[in-house]
Amino acid sequence: MIMQPTFDPSRPLDRDDLARLVAADIPRGSYVNLGIGQPTRVADFLDRDRGVILHTENGMLGVGPQAYGDDIDPDLLNAGKIPVTETPGAAYFDHAESFAMMRGGHLDICVLGAFQVSFDGNLANWHTGGLDAIPAVGGAMDLAIGAREVFVLMTLFSKDGMPKLVPKCTYPLTGLACVSRVYTDYGVFVLTDHGVVTRATYGISRDDLAERLGVILQTA
Amino acid sequence: MATVVADADEAVAGIVDGSTVLIGGFGTAGQPVELIDALIRSDVKDLTVINNNAGNGRVGLAALLANGQVRKIICSFPRQADSYVFDELYRTGRVELELVPQGNLAERIRAAGAGIGAFFCPTGVGTPLAEGKERRSIDGRDYVLEYPIKGDVALIKARRADTLGNLVYRKTARNFGPVMAMAAKITVVQVDEIVEPGGIDPEVVITPGIFVDRLVQIDAVSPPAQAGAAG
Repeated sequence: MIMQPTFDPSRPLDRDDLARLVAADIPRGSYVNLGIGQPTRVADFLDRDRGVILHTENGMLGVGPQAYGDDIDPDLLNAGKIPVTETPGAAYFDHAESFAMMRGGHLDICVLGAFQVSFDGNLANWHTGGLDAIPAVGGAMDLAIGAREVFVLMTLFSKDGMPKLVPKCTYPLTGLACVSRVYTDYGVFVLTDHGVVTRATYGISRDDLAERLGVILQTA
Repeated sequence: MATVVADADEAVAGIVDGSTVLIGGFGTAGQPVELIDALIRSDVKDLTVINNNAGNGRVGLAALLANGQVRKIICSFPRQADSYVFDELYRTGRVELELVPQGNLAERIRAAGAGIGAFFCPTGVGTPLAEGKERRSIDGRDYVLEYPIKGDVALIKARRADTLGNLVYRKTARNFGPVMAMAAKITVVQVDEIVEPGGIDPEVVITPGIFVDRLVQIDAVSPPAQAGAAG
């Protein structure tokens, strides 16, 4: 069992807190895909002795830390097209095989960002639906339905204060009923067949949170 | 049987207007920039291009787009920090976009190369990208019907070939190369090095030469990796 980090419940979590919290929930020896942006930060808190193997959908297992300076190799990129390094025991493969790892149920966990997650686990994270927005999906849909467990790491409220954990997604969907846990600055939520279970809250009371989200929050 | 040709121009000779062109690469990694440059020189038009992205900066695929040779692009992630050439063409209605989830793109290309008529895939069920597609429940899970993507020609980049067309790649530059090599009528490969048969250990061949038609050696210098663009 990995030691759970503890945080001051009277203030919201910052980005590093969240990444540390997600990292602590990843079982030893898991195969994990970390999405672009904030989820990538989780790697900073995975100690090597945990034996977690990172997958990147452009065709590699055993992704190491970001490469800098002379270590940059234009043929060695992660899914965010950031130069990375390889760890001992790394493997390369083509795109079809890489996505077979997801769809085929071989990838244990993926951690993704989101615009919205619904109480029943629908995910919206690829397109705002804006008329001027150029849509881009990448591997988001494949990861959402392919990984055995999908963790979302996001802020709980949008910049204009609207909840992003919602009864029904209004943005175009990425996948149906695929998200199992939602890690946010104000609380950690487990999405179950019986409703939204709150594992912890930060910087807000459970009652206030339930009111802002408009949902009955169950306790674990 | 693979043929070794003298230069990139000869490698892309005979590609006609209106062709469907599979172009390897994930961003800049594995992008066959010198073959694309030859395609630009050939001035062939009205192309449908399949690539994961829609060009970076002003080189390679972006330059092909900028030259007005592409009618339609089929890709998973057009929007990047440096995709301004595509962005401008798309916003002014001068290029058509078919957006495909990345794994479906790879598997549809693989299916074409493997002689599969179509396949049921769980990706995208219930999303806008599955609208209008046949849906079926199999063993309690929902799938949508996806069709192969075939190319008239594939342009890919590998690390090394022997003269029979057996290929090895380098790191994550492999990406779409192996599936695209299978899926086109004519597969054109640029490599850093061509060796005699026996020069590649048969155990490490990634793309067998049966899938390769034209080989050209180009002492390519990969462009620097461009950080910070998703997908």
